[in-house]
Amino acid sequence: MTQTLAEKIFSNHCGRAVSAGDFILADLDLVMAHDTTCAWALEPFYQIAERVFDAKKIFIPFDHAFPSPSVAMSKLQSQIRKFADEQGIPVVYDGVCHQIMSERLINPGNLILGADSHSPTGGGLGALTIGVGSTDAAIAMATGKSWFRVPQTIRVTVSGDLPRGCYSKDVVLAVAREMGPDGANYRVIEYGGPTVEGFNVPARLTLTNMSAEMGAKAAVVAPDDQTRAYLEENDRLVDFEPLRSDPGASFERELRFDVSDLKPMIACPPDIDNDVPVEQVESEKVSVDQVFIGSCTNCRIEDLEVVHRMWMGKRVKEGLRAIVTPASRRVYLQALQRGYVEEFVNFGAVVSSPGCGPCLGRSGGVLYDNEVCVSTSNRNFEGRMGSPTAKIFLASPATAAASALTGIITDPRRFVA
Amino acid sequence: MNWKFGDNINTDLITPGRYNITTDPKELAKACFIEYRPEFRQQVQPGDFVVAGHNFGCGSSRETAAVALKHSHLRAVIAKSFARIFFRNAINLGLLCVIADTDSIEESDRLELNIQAQVLRNATRDRTIPIEIPGMMLRLHQEGGIINFLKKNGLSALADLEKF
Repeated sequence: MTQTLAEKIFSNHCGRAVSAGDFILADLDLVMAHDTTCAWALEPFYQIAERVFDAKKIFIPFDHAFPSPSVAMSKLQSQIRKFADEQGIPVVYDGVCHQIMSERLINPGNLILGADSHSPTGGGLGALTIGVGSTDAAIAMATGKSWFRVPQTIRVTVSGDLPRGCYSKDVVLAVAREMGPDGANYRVIEYGGPTVEGFNVPARLTLTNMSAEMGAKAAVVAPDDQTRAYLEENDRLVDFEPLRSDPGASFERELRFDVSDLKPMIACPPDIDNDVPVEQVESEKVSVDQVFIGSCTNCRIEDLEVVHRMWMGKRVKEGLRAIVTPASRRVYLQALQRGYVEEFVNFGAVVSSPGCGPCLGRSGGVLYDNEVCVSTSNRNFEGRMGSPTAKIFLASPATAAASALTGIITDPRRFVA
Repeated sequence: MNWKFGDNINTDLITPGRYNITTDPKELAKACFIEYRPEFRQQVQPGDFVVAGHNFGCGSSRETAAVALKHSHLRAVIAKSFARIFFRNAINLGLLCVIADTDSIEESDRLELNIQAQVLRNATRDRTIPIEIPGMMLRLHQEGGIINFLKKNGLSALADLEKF
């Protein structure tokens, strides 16, 4: 029996060899619910249980609106804190859930449930990390289990050397253009090929993160030496078994991308598959009100390094608001130690505390009517970051940084050595 | 009536993030489509349908979207396809979601849904539309959601879901 990587992970968590289409009740390695989704999990949880199945396997970060911007949000956070205290679960305030889990908790081969749609992010470490809603999280917190229909896998093979000014964000926007907003609904996307093998884990997390926008149940990259290096960098010395799809494993379909001639890409509002080369939008001279460099998609130290190189010794375009939100406390500390934060402040940017920031329009940079934002995040829906008439363009940190320099949507290649 | 929508109706349109900060279902129902279709929350009547195209409920995992629709007391949401997490949330809450080709349905058409027989009839146009309601959706809708089902049958009943 040949199996995909995803089928192997599901098999390892339900005690029998399974393949796509099978219905299983699987044991979970970790359950995550955050400062919004956990609030809705409390009532269903207490209807079916008194204690969580294992407090050590439950992770509760406050990231979507932290520090709280309103009394209503403080009320939700207070309810969650009470639950966490009762159950002996620490509440973590150290940044975006997916980033913290990647740094500290996700191991290759894990099966993890997250009450957040961007849960596929963690698959960049070779795990299956699956997004659900609050009731599923409540049941999982009570039982340690969840039901799944084992999904088909779509294989995405990427080859070619990335041209100057292009990053994994540009690659995944090119994939999204092809796949569309539901092209991977109910499927796992498995990324591979020489380009992906050459990406470090932070770059891979951008691929897996954006897979949520294509409807993917999970996204995964086979764990390898890059994975090992990332775990070691994060002070985690973890041995893991080799894990990859068998030769001849059955993929529902396979998409191949040669990125040798890729150009920096941008997703125009309001759809994720509305992707064009940035140079095309640049010619339209779109004036930018806000640049947001942050979110679970793109605010790791590698992203800030790119931004720092472009902004060093320069000033933000007059009148433009630039917001930088490091993805985690660890990234924030790295940025401080490397002097990036001082440079960003001198540049004229606001550096805010780690968390989801303005990505979901709740605090820290909410957009007004008809404003234009270039964001490194993952969602350009109407009203996502504030007013429903605001326009959100999604791009790499380099494109966002270039646009903050010029005040219009700008191809980063002339600023990148 | 039928509240007709297009493709890719995301959960930010159903319950925008800025209104998504309460655990009171009635408050959420008041926010349902608050910016995208402002008259919905005032005019929706018990028994109405939401009728949409492909990928209904895509985007955020926020269960508030399904809660807001459920507490708008719709008969069902009918769409060509549903996004995975939304559909799972709807199953859990007992919000009836029906898969069908919705192109021929107009807002003023009178729809008759018989879930036992799995038949959707457009009485205005005198035609029957083929539908699909997965077994787990149907059963948990009848049970009043997965929490009621588990309270009644115990947590071990999770293993029984496959049989639906």
